[in-house]
Amino acid sequence: MSTAPKASAKTEARALGSTAPPRSPQHDESSRWQRFRGGFDAKFAPYLLISPFFILFAIFGIFPLVYNGVVSFRRWNLKRPADNGWAGFDNYTKLLSDGLFANALTNTFGIFLLSTIPQLLLALFVASLLNRRLRAQSIFRVGVLVPFITPIVASSLVFAYVFSKNYGLANTILGLFGVESTISGTTFNGIDWRGTWWASWIAIAVMVNWKWIGYNALLYLAAMQSIPKDVYEAAALDGATPWQQLWRITVPMIRPMVIFTVVLSTIGGLQLFTEPMLFGDTPDPNGGALRQWQTVSQLIYQTGWVNLNLGYAAAMSWALFLIIVVIAGFNAFLTSRIGEGGRKR
Amino acid sequence: MSAPVINQAPAEPTEPRGPQNRITLLSRSPQDTPAGWFNYIFLVVTLIIGFFPVWWMFIVSTGDDQMLAKIPPQITPGDNFWTNFNIVMGNIPDGTQSFESAKFGESFLYSSIVTVAITASTLFFCSLAGFAFAKLKFKGRDQLMVIVILTLTIPNQLGIVALYIIITRLGWQGQLTALIVPALVSAFGVFYMRQYIQDALPDEIVESARMDGANTFRIFWTMCLPVIRPALGVLGLLTAVGAWNEFQWALIALGPGTDNPTVGVALSKLASAQYPRPRITLAGSLLATIPLLILLAVAGKQIVRGVMEGALKH
Repeated sequence: MSTAPKASAKTEARALGSTAPPRSPQHDESSRWQRFRGGFDAKFAPYLLISPFFILFAIFGIFPLVYNGVVSFRRWNLKRPADNGWAGFDNYTKLLSDGLFANALTNTFGIFLLSTIPQLLLALFVASLLNRRLRAQSIFRVGVLVPFITPIVASSLVFAYVFSKNYGLANTILGLFGVESTISGTTFNGIDWRGTWWASWIAIAVMVNWKWIGYNALLYLAAMQSIPKDVYEAAALDGATPWQQLWRITVPMIRPMVIFTVVLSTIGGLQLFTEPMLFGDTPDPNGGALRQWQTVSQLIYQTGWVNLNLGYAAAMSWALFLIIVVIAGFNAFLTSRIGEGGRKR
Repeated sequence: MSAPVINQAPAEPTEPRGPQNRITLLSRSPQDTPAGWFNYIFLVVTLIIGFFPVWWMFIVSTGDDQMLAKIPPQITPGDNFWTNFNIVMGNIPDGTQSFESAKFGESFLYSSIVTVAITASTLFFCSLAGFAFAKLKFKGRDQLMVIVILTLTIPNQLGIVALYIIITRLGWQGQLTALIVPALVSAFGVFYMRQYIQDALPDEIVESARMDGANTFRIFWTMCLPVIRPALGVLGLLTAVGAWNEFQWALIALGPGTDNPTVGVALSKLASAQYPRPRITLAGSLLATIPLLILLAVAGKQIVRGVMEGALKH
């Protein structure tokens, strides 16, 4: 403010140098400054722009992945802090003979199979319904996303009540059709959904299917709409019916998307947590009195945050990760083979 | 067009008859084929099934304790909604039930804070980084991008124990900070913005702005941001939905006995009250769902586009 007008103009020229190069005796100096600044900008600006992301990402995204590995080789029990120390492979050897982990793994796979296969087939069906010239097209497309945006806690709680043994909607309806069960002398309508492994898996799988069919249908629809139209013309000359059209053209053409959804639902399905967690009469990581529906994620939660054994929980999450990688890879391979078979026919 | 066109040769009088006709009709790609009535029926059934749990939340939340026992089930609303609403919001103390301790009403404030903070910061930082990856040349760019893409597929369970230890060390256990800070940026956000900016912002515009002497941040602010507004909308919506619905990490980081629960954690506390009541729990579930239904009604098309585009870009 107190500087002479000339100096002030010069500063201003520098400040504005980027947008309006001054035509003045100071032109030389100014353009050198500008070049310097331009060079500085070109060299360092990209790093400045990505640094907020990478700093946060490194601390809260990548570091935990590595650190989790370290924790898994330690005894780290919040109940017995004095006992903390290196454990070598102890946590992992314990895991191999842990009946609870085997049970959780079985439950996770059971629910996974019951939810993924119907989910993707029905999504394909809904996508082919959407892939037509439709009136009110956007209402249908937006409508199928209602389950996707419904909070998972809210929908799981509704389903938990729907599958109640007494007065649950599912059993009331089954009762109308005459389905009854008798357990220790008491007869009631429908099925005891929490009583057996199978029944609880089916009930939880229903929740998962309900939530993800519409979302996957939109993924398939996106892929279907990028199929070139002339492909269908060629098939028409062979006299393909709509059904053949779907299985011989559409499905093989969207194979990359099918593989993608298979991998995605493998990653999501094997980490299932909220639905089984809220399926009990009250929210419970045990997954039923006999752990009928305890998934691996629930067991990790129970081990780490109920029993406070963080080292063992970390080992479990690494084991789960390896299992997910193997299964996702296997499923991707399997899907690509099925797709190829379809194309050859 | 309501008839199933494909199998009916004389469906459209304007088209030539005979076998030729069949081929013309079949040669249309599915998306040019008008939907038949069965198409609409199945789609409407799909929508009903998708919406049913929300409807059921509504029905149960308007009823009394006897309602679920009715045979056949009641599918029309009762008249107890305001009572249940007031109980779940903690306006009516419910004596023995102690639903107030779930702090469901307050949880809306906490979830809103978390959602807004995460969404705003994800949009800003991810579009900055996405712009740099899409339009700037710098050493290590491709390697860094590979790291971002690789972490996209890593399940979040993998780091969860370590993340908990980190936030405990930072003294954030039980606080909203623990939910916000780790989620301030997302690898998907960077990936999505990069893909979008690559197509939406021509290189020539960036170059000519640079010739005019604009610095990088200025180019980002004045050239890039205006053209990526649709993508910001999409990423913002998907991020907000995810942040509002997050449950597992909230339960772990806040703990079941937390004083500042998110909506999801408060709901699970309602359900684990000593004597849980469906009508109270589901009144809460309905209230938790309503903001998202409004979002879907207002911005459904963008959300659909986000899901479909995001998928194609993988």
